[in-house]
Amino acid sequence: MTSDNRPASLAFPRWISFSKVVHRETIIGWLFVLPALLMYAVFVLLPFLLSIQYSFYRWNGIGPMTWVGLHNYETVLEVPNLLGTISNAFRLVVYFSFIPVTLGLVVASVMTRVATGRLGAVARTVLFLPQVIPLVAAGIIWGWLLALPGLINQILKAVGLGSFTRAWLGDFDWALPAVGFIGIWVLLGFCTVLLWTGMTRLDPALYESARIDGAGWLTEFGKITVPLLRHEIGVCLTVTVIAALAAFDIVYVSTAGGPGNATAVPGIQIYILAFTQQRIGLASALAVMLMALVLVVVIPIQRLSRESTQ
Amino acid sequence: MFKMHKFLSTVVMLAILVTVTYMPNAVAAQSVPDCGTEPVTLNAYFETGFDIPFKLAEEFTKQYPNVTWDIKQDQFTNLINSTPRLLSGDNPPDLIRLPTMVSFAEQGLLKNLDEYASAFGWNEWPVPQLNQNRVAEDGTRGSGSLYAMGLNYSLTGIFYNRELAAQIGMTEPPKTLAEFDDLLAKAKEAGLLPIMMWGSAKSGMGLAFPLQNLMAAYGPVEPINDWIFQKPGATIDTPSNLIAAQHLQRWIENGYFPPDINAIEYTDANARFGKGEGVFIFNGDWQNAGYDTDMPGNVGFFLMPPAEEGGSPAAMSAPLTFGIAARAKNADCAAFFFNWVASNDVARQINVAIGGSNPGGPSGLVMPEVPAGSVTNETLAAGVVVGEAGTSMDFIANATSAIFAQGWTPELQKMVGGRQDAAGLLKAVQEEYERELSE
Repeated sequence: MTSDNRPASLAFPRWISFSKVVHRETIIGWLFVLPALLMYAVFVLLPFLLSIQYSFYRWNGIGPMTWVGLHNYETVLEVPNLLGTISNAFRLVVYFSFIPVTLGLVVASVMTRVATGRLGAVARTVLFLPQVIPLVAAGIIWGWLLALPGLINQILKAVGLGSFTRAWLGDFDWALPAVGFIGIWVLLGFCTVLLWTGMTRLDPALYESARIDGAGWLTEFGKITVPLLRHEIGVCLTVTVIAALAAFDIVYVSTAGGPGNATAVPGIQIYILAFTQQRIGLASALAVMLMALVLVVVIPIQRLSRESTQ
Repeated sequence: MFKMHKFLSTVVMLAILVTVTYMPNAVAAQSVPDCGTEPVTLNAYFETGFDIPFKLAEEFTKQYPNVTWDIKQDQFTNLINSTPRLLSGDNPPDLIRLPTMVSFAEQGLLKNLDEYASAFGWNEWPVPQLNQNRVAEDGTRGSGSLYAMGLNYSLTGIFYNRELAAQIGMTEPPKTLAEFDDLLAKAKEAGLLPIMMWGSAKSGMGLAFPLQNLMAAYGPVEPINDWIFQKPGATIDTPSNLIAAQHLQRWIENGYFPPDINAIEYTDANARFGKGEGVFIFNGDWQNAGYDTDMPGNVGFFLMPPAEEGGSPAAMSAPLTFGIAARAKNADCAAFFFNWVASNDVARQINVAIGGSNPGGPSGLVMPEVPAGSVTNETLAAGVVVGEAGTSMDFIANATSAIFAQGWTPELQKMVGGRQDAAGLLKAVQEEYERELSE
């Protein structure tokens, strides 16, 4: 019995001391994380869970809450104005995401080839500037530029395209593309700089050997640059797709959803429902659906870009 | 035994507390409330861009030095969103600009002003002044208990550029809708823009003004007010309103409004009108000072003419509504301020000079002097006409808190874009109205 016990009694304290160290490190680790975690819990997790809870109630934000089950979700699917905002959000993805990422790839690749010196730095700064300008100010200025008497129409007239002039943000067919154009202006710089950074770390030897084999710019771009930048492209797509689906500021200051809901997006509807109409439950239901949509779109993008790097 | 004793003492304490709490109100009912002589700080929320309440507050402190102000201000659209939280919050305002009131009154967030009304004699004022601020127990507006007061009473109609009007041969304001139509056609022929108007979703669709004026030209104002006041069974989709909406659609199709109206904001429309773009503009007397500055002596005003000769012109008219939070600390002083604004000579002078609107108040008071040549002379005179005819309406944009943003604005924008017709417009807005009321 005793001989059986001895090794165990010897090992036991050692195990304890080891576990103590691990335990202490764990505690210290958690202590470091705690402040951030607390903020995250209070300002992200809690509101997130509350939104889910509110979405099952009818509530004006002040009075008593009434349980309505899935009624709010049914309303979102039934009222055409609410569902329409989701399709507008997907149309914005083209302008906020696909065009900036594609253009960003081309511009960054031209930069690495042609403008490596000061010219490149100036170009990157200019392209990145919209990220620094407050979006609300930018939206107001774009509102002036795109107005009927605005600069864009004056330029069109000057070059003999007077028949194309219109109030871009007040035209049913052109308001969404015009808002999308503002989005391109904002997000192109972000994509370009991110992709350019990725390109600078690519091994020049790859390009050299490709050129020896007689590859042109297009072949290099398609066979080397894009495949090796999949991770960066994934990040760009994720950020810009979220910017499109959850768009609020650019749309709110440029068109406020008009004309006739042509540019209404979920973000604006949630704002109107929650704060103007005091329909917190319905607003929360739309918000929860928007979040689910964002996840459905973004998770595959993330997965694709991760797989390629492995 | 001990528990019973404790229970009894608690009850007695509570009874005393309740009595003490209700004392000021009991006193208020007997004598006229005022701001006292002790220092008082009124906690107020005003609307950014509207000078009148600020100037009135300044003058009030001059006359009652023990009263100082803690004024917070915000844009109207932000106020719409923050009012419920301000009223229910920890520091409820003594005075607040109210964008809407029915839901706040129902939720018990606003002070019932009935006692003040009888103490100050507000109930004897000309009837329409207070009615728009009354909320009945079933939530309809227009009758019942008083929950807010107007600092003044605005009036809407049609402003015109005198020079351009003379150019199209207008020597006096049109007496019928047909005459007005004639003038619009002449303006179009002369290559002028007949009517300047705004329509961007950012400031809300201004065509709600001419539409409602046309509704009142073709039909009585009562059903329109019933709809705005949310009377049970009220509808905006009536035969005479359909004729009005069709008339508006013709104006749009004839090109009487600017082609970029869906992108024009309120301030841009008025700036462009001030620079001579547009013969007419539908607007309210709150813009008088702006027009007097931009086009001195060159701006006139008339009420929307009736469809048939000899009929009474109607107008949208609404109080600049302010309320007192149910739990406000200085409710008596705020109510005294309301009374002072309507009855003090200097306050009424400020109201007319800066606001351009009728200060309201008891019927016997003299209207303050207005500089000759100001368009305010014409709006005040028009107000008398509407007052005598009893044809004033509230705004169809104010029927519910979101009917403007979710109903009128998008549907009228669609009509401008040729994607909605008169019948569809009224049907869509009525559906949105019923959806919002069913919540």
